[in-house]
Order: sequence, then structure tokens, then C-alpha cells
Amino acid sequence: MDSVIWSRILTAETLAFHIIWATIGVGVPVFISIAEGWGIYKKDPHYILMARRWTRGFVITVAVGVVTGTCIGLMLSLLWPKFMQLVGNVISLPLFLETFAFFFEAIFLGIYLYTWDRFKNPVWHWLTSIPIIIGSTMSAVFITTVNSFMNTPAGFSIDEAGRVTHIDPIAAMLNPATPSKVAHVLASSYVTCGFLLAAIAAFYILRGRTHIYFKKALRLTMAASFVLAVLTFVAGDLSGKFLAKYQPAKLAAAEWHFETMKEAPLIFGGILDEETLEVKYAIKIPYALSILAGGSPSDQVIGLNDIPREEWPPLYVHYLFDGMVAIGFYLIFISGLYLFLWLRRKGGEWNPWVLRGIVLAAPLAFIAIELGWMYAEVGRQPWIIVGLMRVDQAATTADNVDVMTLMFSLLYAALAVVAVSVLIRLFRKNSPEKEMAERISA
Amino acid sequence: MQLEMIGITVLWIFLYGYLIVASIDFGAGFFSYYSMLTGKDHIINKIIDRYLSPVWEVTNVFLIFFIVGLVGFFPDTAYYYGTALLIPGGISLILLTIRGSFYAFANYGARKSRLYMFLYGATGLFIPASLSTVLTISEGGFIEETKNGVVFHADRLFTSPYSWSVVFLAIVSVLYISASFLTYYAYKAKDFPAMEQLRTYALFWSGPTILASLLVFWGLSKHNPEHFASAVSIGWMFGASFLCFCVAVYLMWKKENLGLSFVFVMFQFAYAFFGYGISHMPYLLYPYVTFQSALTHSTMGWALVIAFIAGLFLLIPSLALLLWLFLFNAKYVRGEK
Repeated sequence: MDSVIWSRILTAETLAFHIIWATIGVGVPVFISIAEGWGIYKKDPHYILMARRWTRGFVITVAVGVVTGTCIGLMLSLLWPKFMQLVGNVISLPLFLETFAFFFEAIFLGIYLYTWDRFKNPVWHWLTSIPIIIGSTMSAVFITTVNSFMNTPAGFSIDEAGRVTHIDPIAAMLNPATPSKVAHVLASSYVTCGFLLAAIAAFYILRGRTHIYFKKALRLTMAASFVLAVLTFVAGDLSGKFLAKYQPAKLAAAEWHFETMKEAPLIFGGILDEETLEVKYAIKIPYALSILAGGSPSDQVIGLNDIPREEWPPLYVHYLFDGMVAIGFYLIFISGLYLFLWLRRKGGEWNPWVLRGIVLAAPLAFIAIELGWMYAEVGRQPWIIVGLMRVDQAATTADNVDVMTLMFSLLYAALAVVAVSVLIRLFRKNSPEKEMAERISA
Repeated sequence: MQLEMIGITVLWIFLYGYLIVASIDFGAGFFSYYSMLTGKDHIINKIIDRYLSPVWEVTNVFLIFFIVGLVGFFPDTAYYYGTALLIPGGISLILLTIRGSFYAFANYGARKSRLYMFLYGATGLFIPASLSTVLTISEGGFIEETKNGVVFHADRLFTSPYSWSVVFLAIVSVLYISASFLTYYAYKAKDFPAMEQLRTYALFWSGPTILASLLVFWGLSKHNPEHFASAVSIGWMFGASFLCFCVAVYLMWKKENLGLSFVFVMFQFAYAFFGYGISHMPYLLYPYVTFQSALTHSTMGWALVIAFIAGLFLLIPSLALLLWLFLFNAKYVRGEK
């Protein structure tokens, strides 16, 4: 295998590992802030304790997020030097701004961690959580604009020598893919963290822990998660309409949609015969693809047959897309069900099957994040910058990428094992019941 | 001022900032582990933890800022350095990753682990060594542009006396800067046993630092005579650096004005570092990339400068708040809050 393949593998595994921690880094501060703010407002120590405990776990995950983020940041130049040379001029502003946002977050995270009891008025401490949210969310926004740029490059032109000129930094950042991508990334990160925290609470209730702390935690996170799951759905719908207009090949590959037509059906599951391009055993939902792509059944959706064969993305992205969408619907369903049972006030929301459904939702949400990113990235093949540079033109010419890939694989495996065991040990020793009692007596 | 001058100046200032804060951090990791081995951890670890815990992440950002800024202002450097540095850059990254994450595991996790402390301490010396190779490579002779692309001669790097003198300087200055700062910090905390211990470290490492600097000069004169000549022409900066060194060590020796002593350490390295930077000009990578040739498109360059100034308005007050809360807050430093 050559450097191109190894570079792709190393980049893919670094990103796949990084986004787990990055998602937590973006979403969990929001919940910490909500819990602390609500606790101060209601004068309820349970929520304050929730914020404290979440923060303790968050620090561990954020550390892994920071270091793997550093890795991917530098790998852009190490593995794809020609890519950086070509568009370094165009994407450096958002990259630069991202480090600023990150700087801001890092400063206030240090302050937040070490000022829990230093201010007479707890609101001051709560206020320091706001810059953390701004920092983490804005760094997600800026880095997503870079990825959007790679999908729909804008804000520059190419001169005869093949160099980039007439750069408009703002237009490059606000390229067509930016709004829908940013909305989808933020909403899905928040909702995934909502389910992560909810699953922890549900897990303990299933284990027979009856302390009110767990119930409050589950209600808070589920209520927020339902809203966020619906927002994620809306953002996903926007992304579909964006793809239909700007990247029809990506959408068509996801849907195995070959013939350009109106009233296009949406295909779920199934098996594709790559020779004859016939789809078997799939569920067909009439008109749904036209609605996803344009908003009405009469919209025309461009099929893959209108796109040169060498520019087709791999057709297995269909399964990635289906997986992501199915999980998205499941998240709406389970959080909606929980809220419905809660509002009926008959205690049905503590049914073990509902709780099991919530515990299951957390890993599923992370899988959906991975699937969604894989779909977004693989669906752009063969381009690294759509219409401008192919992946094989951008990779490093250096040898030894295989050795690096092996070393980083070992590193990530070790980090995953150690981080998870540290987190488990951190919380197993110190139950919220015990901590609550200590805090009240102190 | 010209755009490229602003760019390189800003970046060099940030790299200097990283040099100081990272040295404190790297050295602290080493001293932490060393004191654990020698059974003195109860004396100095509290001081080190109090300082490091709130700021370690900020330290990391200085480096990222420099790299992103360099690639942003001078995209050609991404091509040359990116291709050449795959192995050394990858190793630095792995070390940084281990260090950052294990710091959090050791300090926010449930218990202190000897293994975590070892990883944290050992990487504290390997990272400056691996990062300093980039400065060596920038002197030329290790990267060659051929028809098939950029080639990096790792063997030449490993056998070059200049390269090893730079590594040696990086490691000893890390220990020297770190010990000087921590001595001052312990003094502020009125933790006199820790101060004594750290002061001996600072004095111990001051000699090798100067010796290593001389070695680097000698190595440079062999490796890149052009750069060496240019350094000699601004020799007064290196003289000033040496003077600051003498004042810093004198104050440390006398146990007077330890804060001022550290300020002189900072001046010592500022003179040397900026002297090195100025004499390095105009090359970012000898002889392929100069700071004029690699310059970014000017619209983007100005956008970066504007973003930088706007960012500073946000960062400086925040950093000041951080310092005020943790560094210059007597109660926090003494561990009362």
C-alpha cells in the first residue's frame, strides 16, 4: 500500500477517535452550565452536585480531546502538505480563530475548575461557565467551516499557474455548506451528550439506586435531549436540501438514486447489485426523497447516472446514511416517550424497559456521530477539495506513514483503555449519595 | 510595517511565550517525578500542583497557536516542513499526547500513579528535545528538494554535532527556567523547604545552560557559517543575554528578589531567542523558504492580523484574570483557598 492509503487510514482513525472526545467537549459544558444555573436558581444542591460531578469527568475527557485535536491539527500539514500549501491561504483564518476560541475555553476551564468555593455569590462561578461554552462551541463552528470549505470551496479564484488568488476570507468561511453543517454538528453534539449523561443516570436507577439525585438528573437531561433531538432532525433536513442543491452526487450515493426524476422514493436498507445497479430487499418510501431534497414531492432529484462514473463516491455510504438517520429517529422516539410518560404523571417513565432504552441510546448516539461523519467524508470521495483537488494529489510523498499509523493506533488504543478506566474509578469510589451527605454535613 | 514582518514578529513572540510557559511545565513534570524517586515529593509537589493544574491546558495552546499561525501566514512552510517532519513531528505529537492526557489522568483521576507520573516526567524532557530538532532543521542541510519531492535526511540529523548541541541546550534550559520560576513561586507561597530545594536545582542547572549556549554557537559556526556571521553582527544581544544571566544567578545565590531574578531569566532568554530569530532572517527554512517567498495572500494576511488583534482583546483580560486568580493571589498560592 502506498502513502495515500496509509495517510487516509491515519487521518480517518485520528478523526474517528477525536470526535468522540470532541463531541463530549462541545456538549457537556452546556449541560454542566444548565445544571449549575438551575441549581442556583432553585437553590437545589442536587443540581450543583450534578454540575460538579459532570465537571470532574469532563476534565478527563477534555484532556483526551485536546491532545487528539492537536494531533489532527498537525496531521493536516504532515500528511496532506500539498493540500495545506494550496489552500492554506484560504482556510487559515478559521483555523486561527479556532485556536483563539480554544485558548479562551482553556483559560476559563482552569478558572472554573478551581474557583468552586471562592466567590461569595455562586452566580460568579456560574458565569465563568459561559465562556467555556462559547469557546467550545465556537471552536466547533470554526473547524466545521473548514470542513464545509472542502465540500463547497468558495471565496477565491485560481490563476493560470494553478495558484489561489482573489481571496475573500469571509466568503470562504461562509461557504454554502457552512450553515447546514454547523447546525447539524452543534445540535448532534449537544444531543449526544444529553443522552450520555441521561444514560448514566438511567443505568444507576436500573441498578436499584433510588436517590432523588438520579431522577432529577434523568429528567433534566431527557427534557433537554428531546428538544435537541428534534433540532438535530431539523438540521439534518436542512443538510439534505443543501446536498440536493450543491452536492447531488453525495446525496444520490447515499440513496442509491440513479435516475434523475421527480417524485423520487427514499430507499432504506437493501442490497445493491453493483453490476446492474439494481436494489433488492429495500424498503421504499414513496416521494420521501423529493421531500427531503426539495420540500415537495414534485421536486426533481439528480441521479448518479448524470454524474461521471469516476466522480461517484463509494456506494456503501448508503448504509452509513441509513444508520445515522435510523438512530436519529430512535433518539427522538425514546426521549419523546419518556417525556410523554412523565407528563402523564403515572410513574411510567421509570419502567425498566424505558430506562434500558435510554441506556442503549447513548452508545447509539455516538455511533450515529461516527456514521454521520464517515458519510460526510467518504461521500466526498474522490475529492479532498470538491472540484479542485483529489485526495491522491494531496497526500505526502514521505515514506513511513505506515509506521506512524501503527504507532498512533497503539497510542489511541492505550488512551481509550486508560481514560475509560480512570473515569470508572473516579466515580465508583465516590457515589453521589455519599457526596451529597458530605456536602450537607459540611 | 510590512505584513510579513508583522507575521513573523507575532509568531516569534508566541514561540517565546511558549518557550517560557512550556519550560516551566516540562521542568515541573521532571522535578515532580525526580522528587518522587528521591523521596522528596512531599516537599515540592504541592507547589508544583498548585501552579500547574489551572494552567496546563493554556500552555498547550501556545504551541498550537504558533503552528497554526505559521502555516496561516506562510503556507509554503506547511509543504516543506510538513513533508519532511513526518517522523520527528509524529514523535513529538505522540509525546505531547501522552503528556497532556496523563497529566489529567494523574491529577484529576482517582489516585496518583507512579506510572502516570513517570510518563509525565519523562515526556517533559523528550518533548523539548524533539521540538528543538525543528529549529535545527530550519538551518538547512537536512531537507533536500528533488524531482520527486522533498526528502528528509534523518541520518544527517542524528549524526550532526550541531543538532545534539541544540537538544542539549533545550533540555538544560527547560530545567533551569522551570526551577527558577518554581523557586519564586515557592517563595511567594512562603514554603521555604520547597524553595530551598528548587533553588539548588536552579543553581545546579545554570552552569550547563551557559555551556550549552556556547556549544550551540560553535555548532552553528560549523553548520551554517552564513547564519553564524549574521549572529556575530548582532553580538551585543547575546552579550546582553549573558549579563542578564549573571544578574539572575547572583540574585538567586543571594536569595534576594527572587521575582526579579526570574524576570532576568526571562530577559536572558528573550535576548538570546530574539537574537537567534533576527539573525535567522530572512530564512524560514534555509535555503528554500524565506519569509518573503512564503508569504500568504495579502488579503488573508491582513484578515489574520485583524483577527489576531481582536483575539488579543479577548485573551489579555482573560489571561490577566487567570494570573490574578492563581499566580498573584497570595491566598491561593499558599493553599488556603
